[in-house]
Amino acid sequence: MSPQLAKPSPESSSAGLHFNDTELTLGLPGATKSGTKRGFSDTVDLNLRGPCNTDHASNPSENDVSGDSKPPPAKTQIVGWPPVKASRKNVAKISKYVKVAVDGAPYLRKVDLEMYGSYQQLLGSLEDMFSCFPIRNYLNERKLMDPVKGSDYMPTYEDRDGDWMLVGDVPWKMFVESCKRLRLMKSTEAIGLAPRASQKCTSTSGSKSL
Amino acid sequence: MPEPEVDTRRREIAGVLTGEFQSPSPDQVLENVLENVLLFLTSRRDRNAVSLVCKSWYRAEALTRSDLFIGNCYAVSPRRAIERFRRVRSVVLKGKPRFADFNLMPPNWGAYFTPWVTAMATSYPWLEKVYLKRMFVTDRDLELLAQSFPAFKELVLVCCDGFGTSGLAGIASKCRQLRVLDLIEDEVADDEVDWISCFPESGTCLESLIFDCIECPINFEALERLVARSPSLRKLRLNRYVSIGQLYRLMIRAPQLTHLGSGSFSSSDIVAQGDQEPDYISAFAACRSLVCLSGFREIIPDYLPAIYPVCANLTSLNFSYANINTEQLKSVICHCHKLQIFWVLDSVCDEGLQAVAATCKELRELRVFPIDAREDSEGPVSEVGLQAISEGCRKLQSILYFCQRMTNAAVIAMSKNCSDLVVFRLCIMGRHRPDHITGEPMDEGFGAIVMNCKKLTRLAISGLLTDKAFSYIGKYGKLVRTLSVAFAGDSDMGLKYVLEGCPKLQKLEIRDSPFGDAALRSGLHHYYNMRFLWMSSCRLSRQGCEEIARAMPGLVVEVIRNENEEDKDGFEILYMYRSLERPRIDAPEFVTIL
Repeated sequence: MSPQLAKPSPESSSAGLHFNDTELTLGLPGATKSGTKRGFSDTVDLNLRGPCNTDHASNPSENDVSGDSKPPPAKTQIVGWPPVKASRKNVAKISKYVKVAVDGAPYLRKVDLEMYGSYQQLLGSLEDMFSCFPIRNYLNERKLMDPVKGSDYMPTYEDRDGDWMLVGDVPWKMFVESCKRLRLMKSTEAIGLAPRASQKCTSTSGSKSL
Repeated sequence: MPEPEVDTRRREIAGVLTGEFQSPSPDQVLENVLENVLLFLTSRRDRNAVSLVCKSWYRAEALTRSDLFIGNCYAVSPRRAIERFRRVRSVVLKGKPRFADFNLMPPNWGAYFTPWVTAMATSYPWLEKVYLKRMFVTDRDLELLAQSFPAFKELVLVCCDGFGTSGLAGIASKCRQLRVLDLIEDEVADDEVDWISCFPESGTCLESLIFDCIECPINFEALERLVARSPSLRKLRLNRYVSIGQLYRLMIRAPQLTHLGSGSFSSSDIVAQGDQEPDYISAFAACRSLVCLSGFREIIPDYLPAIYPVCANLTSLNFSYANINTEQLKSVICHCHKLQIFWVLDSVCDEGLQAVAATCKELRELRVFPIDAREDSEGPVSEVGLQAISEGCRKLQSILYFCQRMTNAAVIAMSKNCSDLVVFRLCIMGRHRPDHITGEPMDEGFGAIVMNCKKLTRLAISGLLTDKAFSYIGKYGKLVRTLSVAFAGDSDMGLKYVLEGCPKLQKLEIRDSPFGDAALRSGLHHYYNMRFLWMSSCRLSRQGCEEIARAMPGLVVEVIRNENEEDKDGFEILYMYRSLERPRIDAPEFVTIL
């Protein structure tokens, strides 16, 4: 799968988030410490569209926000160091469980956000879980499902501040850090959520070359 | 088989009744008095001292010792132990050295329970308790145990492996007096046997059931029925296959619990949306005796408020599997005024530890584990957290702290603020890391610990350390019994300081440090007083080890190769220990006993 290209978020460095080993990052971990949610200009073009990551790879100047674009070389791990038992390393693998509700469904599911590396993977999994509920994946117009009975579902989440946001608003890592629960909301109700997101949707969909 | 003392008493009583009573000889009287007095002596150190007074005291002590403690299963043979101590009710056996936990020892090294259980089966019919640590235990061993001891009450297995759920089924079904079944950090094979259903149907005497380490599902309905028919149950620690909804059902049946391991603390994968979630808060509130809480294996932090009602009474809280952040921790810890033992992940950051320091004034033991146990991980806790703890938790006795950054100043502060420290284990995960502010080695920090903490018996050191650190340990660490060293020191002098300076040293484990044969020789005067010495990836040679083996016939000197090691003379690990026996015959091919 295409790797995420995203600046390490300030929240994630101060909260000690574990970086996916395969993730390319711009700048060394902890390079930025602005401590606030990233502004719009930070998020544009640095997000999450699977097939468009190839564009980023060929346009490094867009992403050269902090300079060095190579990931830090990982040290080879020494056997038995640090001295943490295997049971702690495996079972205490970083997991982040959140509940997933779908409007109109009689059941809740839960997902481990740490199992996914990108919004694409998460949404794909949600589509499998709730296969009778067409999920609007505005992030990738090609995968938009035909609305059923004129309504479809928008993936939304409640963040740590209690605000309901559209999934895909913020860089993936920041989303994992701040998401408290997911809700697949009927599109009619989702209007008015993070309008910026839909602006981004139209502006970036225009620039994609599919 | 009736006990000898019962027989003697019967005869005495019978003698009195029939007028045939004969007064015992003075020696006999003395011995009887001694035996009766010694029954009150429980400390094994005191008993060891008693046994050295004279032969008759040795005999009396041997007859009255009921708790057998064997710190190294290869130091003595089962036969010798059984011949000396004939009336044992409880056995503690320890096997592999601690570094085996971190994959430093190849598997199948040894520490088999089989010869012990086989010997005890015929000699200790009244055996009630078995406690094993780092032993290899098979299902057949467990089966034999279950069949052989009709009065058996307690089985505690810590860091053991070799058995599975079928062995547990045997224990559950045959040990009718079982009060305690504690499985702690074991590797338990999933034989797909429903062992929970094997407990007696009519009711159990269970007081403690701990199985949080079992990595396979259990039959929940059977567990619920088991809890319902176990009125003495006080300690219950569930594995991660128990959801919070299931936890609720168990808690309402067992509000008398004092120790609870909460399982996953997460909803099961599919939860009916229409259903109201049970009132978890009430379930916790009903557990008025709850003092020890753990589990949280797959926590959904939303559920944390459920535990608020019990926080004020908790003396022990284990969050070391809970991926929670600073805010989530703060919401809980602010209520925990009585907390004495606290285990947590570093995901709570320095600020979380500051909150602990602010509230937990009774804290005796703190363990901070890394959520990302790699050398180059972020490291959300640092000297800031350690400093805060040292200032807030003055009664601290034991600390284990994983971090990426540390300063001498913070360690020195802890040495001064927490003078009751008995255990100080600091693991700076990046190898050879200096004080990150001054760039100096960490010598002064650890030096201060051994200097100021007069009760210190256990020490683990890390970071950039020169021989100076070891000179401090040798000079001031007069009570140190256990020392753990990794990637430290400059020369043989380091090890010499310790071997020459620490008279109480019993367990020494060293890896990847530049100590060679000369250093090894400097401990010859002391090795018989030690339980073991482990040295791996140091600068030892085969000849150096052979020299020790020749000089000290009472030591078993094992050199252990990596299984892949081509060179038959090369070795990774020196493991040596005192023993009353000839070297063991159960060693695998990659172990050479010199």
